[in-house]
Amino acid sequence: MSAPPEFPIPKREPGVWQPKILGILCNWCSYAGADLAGGGRIQYPPDVRVIRVMCTGRIDALFVLKAFADGADGVLVSGCHFGDCHYLAGNFKGAKRMFMVKRLMKSIGLDDRRFRMTFVSASEGTKWGAVITDVVKTINELGPSPIKEFNK
Amino acid sequence: MAEKKKTTTKKTETRKQEAPAKQDVKKQVPAAKGAAAPVKTGPSEKPRIGVFICHCGTNIAGSIDIKEVEAYAKTIPNVAHVDNYQYICSTPGQNKIITAIKEHKLTGTVVAACSPRLHEPTFRRATKVGGLNQFRFEMANIREQNAWVHMHDPEGATSKAKDTIRIAVAKAALLQDLTPKTVPVERAAMVVGAGIAGMQAALDLANAGIKTYLIESMPSIGGRMSQLDKTFPTLDCSQCILTPKMVDVGRAENIELMTYSEVDAVEGYIGNFDVTIRKKARGVLSMAEAEAKGISGGGCNGCGDCEAPCPVIKPNEFEVGMKPRKAIYINHPQVVPLLYTIDFDSCIKCGLCVTACGEKKAIDLEAKDEFVKVKVGTAILATGFDMFPVEKKTEWGYKKFENVITSLEFERLICASGPTGGYPIRPSDGERPKTVAFVLCAGSRDNTGNGKPYCSRFCCMYSLKHAHQIIEKIPGCTPIIFYMDIRSFGKMYEEFYYRIQDEGAKFIRGRVANILEDPKTKNLHVFADDTLLNRPVDMEVDLVVLAAAVQPMEDTERTRKLFGVSCTGDGWLQEAHPKLNPCGTTTAGVFLAGVCQGPKDIPDTVASAEGAASAASIPIHMGEVELEPYFATCIEERCAGCGMCVNLCPFTALALVEKDGRTVMEVTEAKCKGCGTCGGFCPGGAIWMNHFATPQIVAQIDAFLLGGEQ
Repeated sequence: MSAPPEFPIPKREPGVWQPKILGILCNWCSYAGADLAGGGRIQYPPDVRVIRVMCTGRIDALFVLKAFADGADGVLVSGCHFGDCHYLAGNFKGAKRMFMVKRLMKSIGLDDRRFRMTFVSASEGTKWGAVITDVVKTINELGPSPIKEFNK
Repeated sequence: MAEKKKTTTKKTETRKQEAPAKQDVKKQVPAAKGAAAPVKTGPSEKPRIGVFICHCGTNIAGSIDIKEVEAYAKTIPNVAHVDNYQYICSTPGQNKIITAIKEHKLTGTVVAACSPRLHEPTFRRATKVGGLNQFRFEMANIREQNAWVHMHDPEGATSKAKDTIRIAVAKAALLQDLTPKTVPVERAAMVVGAGIAGMQAALDLANAGIKTYLIESMPSIGGRMSQLDKTFPTLDCSQCILTPKMVDVGRAENIELMTYSEVDAVEGYIGNFDVTIRKKARGVLSMAEAEAKGISGGGCNGCGDCEAPCPVIKPNEFEVGMKPRKAIYINHPQVVPLLYTIDFDSCIKCGLCVTACGEKKAIDLEAKDEFVKVKVGTAILATGFDMFPVEKKTEWGYKKFENVITSLEFERLICASGPTGGYPIRPSDGERPKTVAFVLCAGSRDNTGNGKPYCSRFCCMYSLKHAHQIIEKIPGCTPIIFYMDIRSFGKMYEEFYYRIQDEGAKFIRGRVANILEDPKTKNLHVFADDTLLNRPVDMEVDLVVLAAAVQPMEDTERTRKLFGVSCTGDGWLQEAHPKLNPCGTTTAGVFLAGVCQGPKDIPDTVASAEGAASAASIPIHMGEVELEPYFATCIEERCAGCGMCVNLCPFTALALVEKDGRTVMEVTEAKCKGCGTCGGFCPGGAIWMNHFATPQIVAQIDAFLLGGEQ
């Protein structure tokens, strides 16, 4: 087990863009994994804000789209590994919807790398750190969401 | 924020189709809900939220500027009161919540502190004492997912804490009164696995007056411990201390023992698990079964007459393949229940055993698997461990060189009831070994990817015990222990280590790099690096014993999925909390005992089994449990009766019914576990998930993206 690679602390000044990333996590696996990362003091960038739901199956595709419509630069959905769902198969059903979101994003010209679904179990604190670091890195590379410009 | 949000929402409404739908739900739902809906306060009530920010000593205050966050929280819409305290979970901290609810006429509370997985129950109780419904509480996690993971970025952490609190307030403002559902608990328990952990747990439950089903996949109970000769550090004979317990289990009135059986399916929830058990075809009737079939005085009495004529010879798994058994067999003389078993995979159905059994008519060669359904309130998993296949570490030559054996094989060789009657020999020539090398950490503490990264915890101690036994049984024999560290952490363990040193065992600190065989003598050359003397070692020995790592049983994966228990990356079952809830799991009503959770020696295993039994008996003695009321409910006005949700539900909790001439969905609350898979899909937004309702989640998303400092 090793900590995710070091990341520089960005400059935060008025007018400097900071990524706004929404994370929707399932209570049993990824939220617990994120808690474990905390207990293990695994450091990762602070740009993801987390909403907890009981299962990734609860996540309506519209939640993700609503976040993008509201101007999110990225959305991360994270749940249990396949076969590990607390509710038997909620993550399968959630994942199916998330594929739909990806295709929809492509068709409206929004880079689908802004949206990601990951599978982090309750014992994978280190992986959680790596996932967040990678998500933030990707969004930083992609820059501000074009929808935000469109909304102005 | 309110104004800003309004304008932006308008904008989105014109552009995006889904946005107005969600906003509508928020407005309409309270009016649209039927009589079965939970009690709510009127829609005219303006939310007044109290925010309580915890310092958690320096855990939170060390990385987050509490003052700044507090000042910000006061500006969040709907916030009526903000306070901070060193430890909100302490009694004075909780009192702050209780008094503030009354003083400031709060309609909801938000505590910004640790994870809701830790202290949500505490603050819910405080909210309830304060006079609000306990579900009017929302937690903002600013410790595990903020202060602790952004320790070097206080600015980022502070701004994240502000957002997190704003998101929590947005949800708290829309929370509703809910009533926990109480369900009765079936007065029975189940223990899966009848090793020492499962037996102890079953005995404890049975002694507490609870009907207990003890399920074991092997023909006999006893598990790994029954294979051992002596136990460290007291050198008690393993069988001598185990068999009384086995007999107790066999005789206990409250224990229904099901050997040679497996859990086939599990349905239901805490208090009401419906478990289907597959009784594997055993081919031999017990006396009770024979009686039930009308064969008076029949059934297996364990005489063994059937065994002699059986022509099929197979390796005995109990003796790690070092002794033969027949196709109809008992593994060792002390089996409980004393009942022969036919291994139908190798049986040729010649019928000689049937003839030998004669009048007792105990043997049925046409037996089929039977399925039994039982209802239990709680369950304990005690599925135990298996040995790591140490032949994967090819450098040590296990299964290549005859005189390299594993510690479990050694355990059988030195056991008086074992294949050699307790006189350890070299497998190659049957001679007594004069020098024996013990290789510790054989597959444990191994980061090469070819072994197990964890410490198997009991190998050091049993290898010390093996060294003692070999000194005791073979005069003049020298045990040589190759170790990385000797981990003798338990009570009287370190003293035992000194004793073995004094008895003349040799200790070499160094991991064995390679083992080669002398083809003529079949002696082994052990190559290692003595890290204390800093020189390479090449030692010729007669016998090598590999203290192989342990790993979860192969079947554990299947069993844990049936019960909805998660596991760590190594496959060990995962406890609800490693320190404060080591016996519980994330599935309410399912508990863990023994090594299935991670390597444990016998004292720890028994302790964990007693803990699990105690935990599993609590709901049963209480008679009823409270379930979190996160049920789905149908907003009938919006339901089009398409039935998509019915197929999505993994628990068959939903059904289409006719109501007032329309087809609508109906939820069976007893079956609904609140995952929300239906609510995440419903195209009409007709499913209201209690506590995780669409308007609540959308409000959280809006609060994050539209509400903050832009």
